[in-house]
Amino acid sequence: MCVGVPAKVINIEEERALVDVMGAKMIVGILFVPDVTLNQYVLIHAGQAMAIIDEEDANESMKEWRDLLDVIDRDLL
Amino acid sequence: MERISLGHGEGGELTHQLIHDVFIRSFDHGEQARLDAAIISSSSEQIAVSTDSYVVDPIFFPGGDIGKLAITGTVNDLAVTGAVPKVITAAFMIEEGFPIRDLKHIVKSMAQEAEKAEVKIIAGDTKVVERGSVDGIFITTTGIGAIEQSYLNPESMKKGDAVIINGTIGDHGIAILSARKQLGLMTNVTSDCASLNQLIQNILRRTKGIRAMRDLTRGGLATGLVELCEDFNSTMEIEEAALPIRDEVKGACEILGFDPVYLANEGKTVIIVDANEADLVLDILHKDEYGADACLIGHVTAVTEQTGKLKLKTPVNTTRRLSRLSGMVLPRIC
Amino acid sequence: MSLIEIYSNPKITHHLAEEVIESAKLFREKKGRLPILMEVCGSHTMALAKSGIKGKLKEHVRLIAGPGCPVCVTDQKAIDAMIQLSEKSNVILCTFGDMVRVPGSHSSLLKAKTNGSDIKVVYSPFDSIKMAEDHPDKEIIFLGIGFETTIPALVIAVREAETRGLTNFSIWMSTKLVAPVLRALLLSGEVQLDGFLLPGQVSIVTGKQSYRFLSEEFQMPGVITGFEPVQLLSSIRKLLIQLHEGRSEILNDYTYVVKEEGNPVAQHFMEKYLTCHDEEWRGMGMIPESGLILKEKYARFDAKKKFNVSQTPPKKTKCRCGEMIRGVLTPEECVLFNKGCTPTHPIGPCMVSSEGTCAAHFHFMREDK
Repeated sequence: MCVGVPAKVINIEEERALVDVMGAKMIVGILFVPDVTLNQYVLIHAGQAMAIIDEEDANESMKEWRDLLDVIDRDLL
Repeated sequence: MERISLGHGEGGELTHQLIHDVFIRSFDHGEQARLDAAIISSSSEQIAVSTDSYVVDPIFFPGGDIGKLAITGTVNDLAVTGAVPKVITAAFMIEEGFPIRDLKHIVKSMAQEAEKAEVKIIAGDTKVVERGSVDGIFITTTGIGAIEQSYLNPESMKKGDAVIINGTIGDHGIAILSARKQLGLMTNVTSDCASLNQLIQNILRRTKGIRAMRDLTRGGLATGLVELCEDFNSTMEIEEAALPIRDEVKGACEILGFDPVYLANEGKTVIIVDANEADLVLDILHKDEYGADACLIGHVTAVTEQTGKLKLKTPVNTTRRLSRLSGMVLPRIC
Repeated sequence: MSLIEIYSNPKITHHLAEEVIESAKLFREKKGRLPILMEVCGSHTMALAKSGIKGKLKEHVRLIAGPGCPVCVTDQKAIDAMIQLSEKSNVILCTFGDMVRVPGSHSSLLKAKTNGSDIKVVYSPFDSIKMAEDHPDKEIIFLGIGFETTIPALVIAVREAETRGLTNFSIWMSTKLVAPVLRALLLSGEVQLDGFLLPGQVSIVTGKQSYRFLSEEFQMPGVITGFEPVQLLSSIRKLLIQLHEGRSEILNDYTYVVKEEGNPVAQHFMEKYLTCHDEEWRGMGMIPESGLILKEKYARFDAKKKFNVSQTPPKKTKCRCGEMIRGVLTPEECVLFNKGCTPTHPIGPCMVSSEGTCAAHFHFMREDK
């Protein structure tokens, strides 16, 4: 099953990292994301971090949706 | 370390010592212990009886242990029928080699929880079986409650009745799963295991419109509500966005692919009440330590001749039907 | 507001759903039929059903579940072999939870477990490595099913077994690749499609580039997407806009994790340990170069080489999961659905897997009769 929820990297030890999803924690492998640093968000699958979330990209996308939300809220009023 | 041996179950001197040192000391039934059966009296015309076996891995978990669970589980079964739990009996099946220290700990939790819930543990039995025959310890409790006044009125359930829960769902399930350390999940979630009898009696005494209640255990909120719907031919609609779920439980569900509506609870009840009294019930709940996170999660939408259904309103404003849990709760990954 | 909160926001979801419905109406006016889109990934099928999107769009867009549920596409012979494997003495079989209840010809892993087989459900293939270390006297076999998302995690387990010098660990490889099956599906011409919702997590590994052939060779548009309602609806809308404008491009609507070239580190590990081979799919038969197996150099970790299982032809049943996987049958059209076949008594994998089309339909979309 694919998990789309971002997990925050809160500790790194060699090839493994401790990640946090809304307070639930788990140790995952980070071999596939060698550049990962503390406090970055990753997507995990079957115990491995598969991608680092591009925060700039995510923020940009979130801003677009937030703007849309503002428009929806205005129209509803 | 002192351990339970097969000799402790043979009915002789060792058994006598064990009963004396561990059980009588904690359960305070000195008088009763001299007779073959406990004798109780009741002024109520009707009594409620419930029995349940408790097996849990691990035996000690954040928020409780098998002993506490054996009391709260049976107390809650009685309480949701409107009964006031009075007495409990307990039977222990213990694996040879089980640490006596752990047994004392378990028995002490039972005694503490019984005191808190104001029920008496009046009789018990102990069997010791060979190593491998049971997993540590199994406990069966039977509870008797007095129906002092009949408050519940499921037949009067009608469209518009409120569906209320006394707090967050899935805590017990996730607490146990993290305590097992099997799937690598780490959380600080503690089991919600608690006796709800005083809270429930408080609600029943101060309201008139409680239709039905159900304590939620294995199978979770969805299974409990589906049973209520089927038993009382009522269709209920609950709102996904309204379900109280702790962030950590949500996070754990996201990681492992569990659905929180199917996770186990041990201190949760759903209350179906006349909509006019929903605020009163919520008010009483919010003032209680076991109801602080209580909320309205949905309504009865129809009472029919046919079997009722449980429906869930999704974020896109459609409804889908919920079934009872089918099969085991397994982590769904691949 | 967090990423997930934004992407599951009910107001945005509602707004997008209405937009999708409008776009779909335009398509219908032009073509005289509903647009037909295939969600390739099983988790997308589940998310679309669970969030209510499938129900909401039912009259406007035909969403067909594709061959993207790893348990469902596993061939019946392979399922039977796995069950046989679990019955061998001295074996601990480790598996993802989804496999446990899948019916084989005569049994299931769950039944085998009841009969005494030692079967452990694990979260990660890595967990089975620890199991191998803790039980040096036992053979630990991991059931390696999955697509490109999961394959790297399988490789890590093999690498770990190699590093730790384990001799009692092996993987039963039954992996599948997305691009070859999409090609096979389109070549068969069996199902009419207007576009693909492309898998999010697989694309993290393979990259957007892996779908170029869809638009170049088949003029088929595709949009890579995530798992939250806003993401799914946004991508469906992008597909419909392409159809309206007569374009057939591959778009990436999951850019914060999916890159053009994918994850090169994961690809490197896969290339180092694995090699392509022809893989047998449920309902689709043998598809050339559609799976990965361990290279000869790592044969000692290959459970298929290490253990002998008799390959008898599977028992014929009325199960139509094969057609479901090809997208030519819907759960309502299957005579067994919710009659002979339920999650409690499943006839085929689509009813038990958490990504199965029938399971999604049973749990989240059953009509009230």
